[in-house]
Amino acid sequence: MYVPVKGGERAIENAHKLLAEERRGNRDTPDLDVAQIDEQLALAVDRVMTEGSLYDRELAALAIKQARGDLIEAAFLLRAFRTTLARFGYSIPIDTGQMVVRRRISATYKDLPGGQVLGPTFDYTHRLIDFSLLEGADPENLEEGESDMGVTPHVLNILDREGLMEPANGSSGAQERGEDGEVHVGDLTREPLEFPADRDIRLQRLARGDEGFLLALGYSTQRGYGRNHPFAGELRLGEVRVGFVPEELGFEIEIAEITVTECEMVNQFKGSKNVSPQFTRGYGLTFGHCERKAMSMALVDRALRAKELDEEVEAPGQDEEFVLAHADNVEATGFVEHLKLPHYVDFQSELELVRRMRAEIEAAKVRNGDAEQIEAAE
Amino acid sequence: MAETSGYNFAYLDEQTKRMIRRALLKAIAVPGYQVPFASREMPMPYGWGTGGIQVTASIVGRDDVLKVIDQGADDTTNAVSIRKFFKRTAGIETTTQTHEATIIQTRHRIPEEDLRADQIMVFQVPIPEPLRFLEPRETETRKMHALEEYGLMHVKLYEDISQHGHIATTYAYPVAVKQRYVMDPSPIPKFDNPKINRSPALMLFGAGREKRIYAVPPFTDVHSLDFEDFPFEIQTWREACALCGATGSFLDEIVTDDAGGRMFVCSDTDFCEKRREAGHAGPALAAEGAV
Repeated sequence: MYVPVKGGERAIENAHKLLAEERRGNRDTPDLDVAQIDEQLALAVDRVMTEGSLYDRELAALAIKQARGDLIEAAFLLRAFRTTLARFGYSIPIDTGQMVVRRRISATYKDLPGGQVLGPTFDYTHRLIDFSLLEGADPENLEEGESDMGVTPHVLNILDREGLMEPANGSSGAQERGEDGEVHVGDLTREPLEFPADRDIRLQRLARGDEGFLLALGYSTQRGYGRNHPFAGELRLGEVRVGFVPEELGFEIEIAEITVTECEMVNQFKGSKNVSPQFTRGYGLTFGHCERKAMSMALVDRALRAKELDEEVEAPGQDEEFVLAHADNVEATGFVEHLKLPHYVDFQSELELVRRMRAEIEAAKVRNGDAEQIEAAE
Repeated sequence: MAETSGYNFAYLDEQTKRMIRRALLKAIAVPGYQVPFASREMPMPYGWGTGGIQVTASIVGRDDVLKVIDQGADDTTNAVSIRKFFKRTAGIETTTQTHEATIIQTRHRIPEEDLRADQIMVFQVPIPEPLRFLEPRETETRKMHALEEYGLMHVKLYEDISQHGHIATTYAYPVAVKQRYVMDPSPIPKFDNPKINRSPALMLFGAGREKRIYAVPPFTDVHSLDFEDFPFEIQTWREACALCGATGSFLDEIVTDDAGGRMFVCSDTDFCEKRREAGHAGPALAAEGAV
C-alpha cells in the first residue's frame, strides 16, 4: 500500500546533521578560525556586513563560516540577527570629510589637495596566480612610514565652490523637513518601502542591495541604457568616527570607529527648463572596503535621479520600482529558492485544466472528423 | 520540546507585534485592502512563509493551539519546520487536527472541515497583489485599487475564455471582497475559494517579502470573479480518494510507477485520516483489505 510521503521531522533533522558534517569538511584539515576569516577574507566580511546591514566583523566572519562561504546566506544570517536587536536610537551622521584616509583617488583631477593615495588596491596588479601562496608564503614586512595626511577635503566640494556642482542634497537644494525643522531621514528597516521613494530611502535600499545586481545595472547605464556620463570624482576608503547622543547624557560620545568606502560620481547634466547646466552627483557608501559596490551604487543612484532631473526614464537602471523592488538579495534569493517548496496542489490544479482543455480539443477533432466523413458519404 | 531562551514569546519583540497588530486591525477594518507593514527579517527565508509567521507570532497567545499545513498536509517539511518554530519560541500546544486548532497557518490550502468562529486562518502569501501580473508597477496598482478600476482583470478573464474556452486561472483565483477590493486569496486552488465566502472564521493574509497584510473578517461576502454566462466553477475529479473514498475533497495525484500508474488521495491529510478512522475506505485500502 502507498504510504503518504511523511516529510517529517526526522528527514529535516538528518539533513541538518549532514549539512553540519559537510560544513566541517575533512576533519584532517584544521577547523577554520573566525579570526582567520576576518583577517584573510576581509573583503568577504566587508560585503557581508554591507549587505547584512550590520557592522560587526566577528559576527560577519562567523556567518561566513556557518554559511560555508555562501555570502548571500551569510548576509541573511546577519540580517536575521540584526532584526532582533534593540534600537537605542540613531547615530549622528558620519562625516566622511573627517575620514582618516587609507585610499583616496580622483579620476577628474591629476592632483589635488590631499593627493592621490593608492592604498591597498587590486588595481594595477597583474592577475597572475601567485603560487607562492600555496606554500603559505608571508609577504615582506612593511616599514611603518610617517603619515603626513591631515584632513582630506572632498573633491566634489572643489567643483561646488564654482557653482559647477549641484549641492549635495540635490539640484533643488530642498530636503524634507519635519514640523520641528529637523531633516527627517526615513528608516527602511522600520517602515515598509513605498513608491515613489525619496532619495534617503533609495540610498538605504541600494546600500543593502546585492553587489552583483547593482554592478550589472550600473554597467548597463554605461552601455547606453540610461547613460549619464559618469566620472569617478572621488573614491575614498578609511576610518570614520561614529557619534551618538544618549538621551540621558545629552551630549555626543564616540561609540565606534568604522571603515567605510565612499564613491562620489560626477555626472554631466545638460540642464533643463529650470536648471542651468551643471554637474550632478551619484553617491555610493558601503561598510568596509567594497569599491565595486560603492561605484555601482553611485551609478545607479544617479540613474534613479532621472525623474528629479527631468530626464526621460527609459532604461531599467532609471526605473525606481524595477531597481528598488529587486535589489535586495535576501528577498530575491528567498523567493527564487522557495520554488523548491512543494507546489503540488497548484500543479494539480493546472494539470486538471490542461487535461480538460486537451480533451475538449480532441473531442472537437473527433466531431469534425465525423462531420467530414458524413459529408463525404453524402 | 525545550523553549529557546533569549527570545521573546513567539520570537518577535512586543513593539514589532504591536506594529503588526495595528496593520491587522486596519486590514480587518478595510476588508481586502492591502496594508503595508514593516515586515521584519525572520530566521527563515522570504518565500518560506515569513508573512504568515509574523501574523501568527503577533496574534498567538499561551492558550492557543496551532495547526500548520502546507499543501493541505501537516507533515510536509515546511509545515513541520514552522510548527517546530512556534513550539520552540512560544512553547504552545500544536495539533494536526483541524477542529482542535484555534489558529491554522496555511500555505496553498484551506482545510476541508468547516471552520468555526473561534478559529483564525493565517495564510502565507507570496504575491499579495492580484493585479501584479497585469500591471507590474505598485504605483499603478495602488491607483487602480483606489479607483476601483478592475476592468483590466475582467478583460484578462474574458480573453482566457475567448482563447481557451475556460478561465485559465486555477489557483490564486481573484475574488472581490464585499463588492469592493479585488483580492488574491493566496495560491490556494480555486476549489477552496468558496470556503472563504461568509466563513465564520477570521482570515488573515501575511506577505512578508512584499510587506503587506490583508484580511477577510468573519461572515464577509467574498465573490470569485466570473461572468453571468461563464459562472465560477471549482475543480472536480472523476476519481475518489484512494485511501478514504471521499469524492468532494481536493485530490493530489500521486505517481506510483513510471508506466502511467497513478492514484488520487486527499490533499487534506487530517480530513483523510478522520474519514478512515470513521471506517471509510477508498479503492486502495478496500483492495488491500480483500487480500
